[in-house]
Amino acid sequence: MKIELGEWPVTGNAVDSTGVELAIEARGLVKRFDGFTAVDGVDISVPKGAIYGILGPNGAGKTTTLRMLLGIIDPDAGYRRVLGHERPTDVARRIGYLPEERGLYPAMKAYEAIGFLAALRGVPLKEGRRRGRELLEEHGLGYAADRQIRQMSKGMAQTVQLLGTLVHKPDLVVFDEPFSGLDALNQGKLERMIRALAAGGTTVIFSTHVIAHAERLCDQVAIIAGGKVPFAGPVDLARDRLRPQVRLETRAQDGPWRAALPADVRHEGAFWHFTLPETGVEPLLRALIEGDAGILSLSIERAGLHDAFVAIAGEAAAKALEDGEGEER
Amino acid sequence: MSGFAEKLRAALVIARRDFVAVVFSKTFIFFLIGPAFPLIVGGLAGNIGAKVQQNVERPTIGLAMSAEDNKRMMAAREELQGRMAGGLPDMFELATPVAGKPFDAKAALADGSREVTAVVGGTLAKPTLTATADRARQWVGLVSNLAARARADTPTAYPDVQVEEVNTSIAKVRTGQVYTAQGAQVLLFLLTMLLAGMVLSNLVEEKGNKIIEVLAAAIPMDAMFMGKLFAMLAVSLVGIAVWGTAIGTIVLMGAKSMPALSTPAVGWPLFLILGFLYFAMAYLLMGSLFLSIGGMAATVREVQTLSMPVSMFQLMVFFFSSYALTMPGSWVEWLSVIFPVSSPYAMLARAAQEPAVWPHIVALLWQAFWVVVIVRAGAQLFRRTVMKSGPARGKTKRGLFRRKAY
Repeated sequence: MKIELGEWPVTGNAVDSTGVELAIEARGLVKRFDGFTAVDGVDISVPKGAIYGILGPNGAGKTTTLRMLLGIIDPDAGYRRVLGHERPTDVARRIGYLPEERGLYPAMKAYEAIGFLAALRGVPLKEGRRRGRELLEEHGLGYAADRQIRQMSKGMAQTVQLLGTLVHKPDLVVFDEPFSGLDALNQGKLERMIRALAAGGTTVIFSTHVIAHAERLCDQVAIIAGGKVPFAGPVDLARDRLRPQVRLETRAQDGPWRAALPADVRHEGAFWHFTLPETGVEPLLRALIEGDAGILSLSIERAGLHDAFVAIAGEAAAKALEDGEGEER
Repeated sequence: MSGFAEKLRAALVIARRDFVAVVFSKTFIFFLIGPAFPLIVGGLAGNIGAKVQQNVERPTIGLAMSAEDNKRMMAAREELQGRMAGGLPDMFELATPVAGKPFDAKAALADGSREVTAVVGGTLAKPTLTATADRARQWVGLVSNLAARARADTPTAYPDVQVEEVNTSIAKVRTGQVYTAQGAQVLLFLLTMLLAGMVLSNLVEEKGNKIIEVLAAAIPMDAMFMGKLFAMLAVSLVGIAVWGTAIGTIVLMGAKSMPALSTPAVGWPLFLILGFLYFAMAYLLMGSLFLSIGGMAATVREVQTLSMPVSMFQLMVFFFSSYALTMPGSWVEWLSVIFPVSSPYAMLARAAQEPAVWPHIVALLWQAFWVVVIVRAGAQLFRRTVMKSGPARGKTKRGLFRRKAY
């Protein structure tokens, strides 16, 4: 059944064209601030249980998009449905959110802070505090449960807030730049935690300006630049936007085999780099062998997400993304 | 859980956190003893001022008539002394001018060694009074009276007046109730001013702790605002309980100099209940305004900048209500009753002066309606103006004074 935008039922789970149940469905989201269009017609479909990345440079509209999906701000135009509800605030108890600007009440003890965040999401305070102690124990911070947040290191406080985001066992977890400010060790921990959440059936959506995180973790990504989403879908699909790259090492430097190489070929050191011709690998191999190239090695590599990002979002967005990654490092 | 119940639950979570954070903080003791400072300073200033006034000027009239006239004037003063409320100025013989050489009263007043406030010269039939304009106005009748008595050959016969005392009169009750109304308004204003400012700083704390976005994502914004208001209301109850106990103890210990207020028109028990309810409403109205404005400020400095005009506004509301109190039944009084922010002050003054109860029920509902309106509008404004982009980077300004954000 085809359902037109604006005519959807208020509640009920959305499904995509392949019948996959969606945790988040957004169509044509627009947000303007003082005449500036921060988000311009964003479409996103996040399957249930997926790890979904919103990838883009700083200022691309990631945070504004997430805030609209969470109901913190309302879109000026467009439609969203989160966990089957048009108003995300109706399902706030089933959502966990870690904003980029993290913070807790400094005078609260660690287990109290987790209990408070749980209470905000509908868990009785006593139960929230009990779970807080449990979670701190599980994550090696049991010894600091009674320590005030102001007495903790930044990393410890961030872990406490992360646990507070998950304490009410949400169905959907939204992280805004979760790796920002974490050291490599904690980034690794967080990646494992995200994978564990998804393995347990929780949908995870996070924004990032670091391609490596999205590439390692995500099933699907939305590439966002200048408030628009030129691509949203599986990571493999993004990579497949580019033809595979061939890396060839030959004994012969010249000969009839050179005619088999495409126009975009470049020679770097001992290697020839070029895009795999549309005709495929077999005709290429045959031409190289028959042309006496003397193949020493040949590898075919799928395009990385970075190359896909450049191809999809453009050089300027890629440059901004790289600048952001540089800042992060 | 219904929308309202969910909001109430969320508001209570916020209120509980804020209440505990404030009451169990080390600085709360300063909040409790805070009101004592202006009272102590005011009392000291008043006493010192009275003492200074007493020392600086002891009203004295110098007589500069003939020796006989001077003597008669002082006798007339003695005769009248004790029959006039407030007493008479001291009087002494300053000079007995000789004939043909008039006494220079102006020089005597200018002479620091003599310390006289006024000089009476001339004759009993035609006395002259030399003094500053205000003293002259004050004493011209007295001097005329004394001169008339001094000229009489026989002492004035004063009949005994039979006194019949009553406990009160309508005029006294009305005047007393106006004082009660004024006192209640002042108390209401002081409490509201003290607490509404605390709400503002509480919201700044959220911004400083960067937890505001977590709250905004988890609960409705108006629930957060209501929670903060409830928390400060509860804090104020703790304060009122402590201050009330302290004042009660002082009264029981025999502070007899404390002014006795007239019984309000609705009676003390209902007046106290209404006083509390109007305090709650005044605080909620002003607090919600403070929150709405404070919500748009991005930094502590912005909040400090904003708090001055808001405090001035609060002061103007108080003055307006006080002014309206003196004009019962006029359009000014009605305006102060209807205008939401001044309504609690105006209605509390009414409770002191009018016995009808039903207008208070209507007024409380009206004020509660406006609390909800302001809180909701503030929450909407907050969502629209503050949650605009990711964290501030570089020198980007945000909040009320933001130029451009995305």
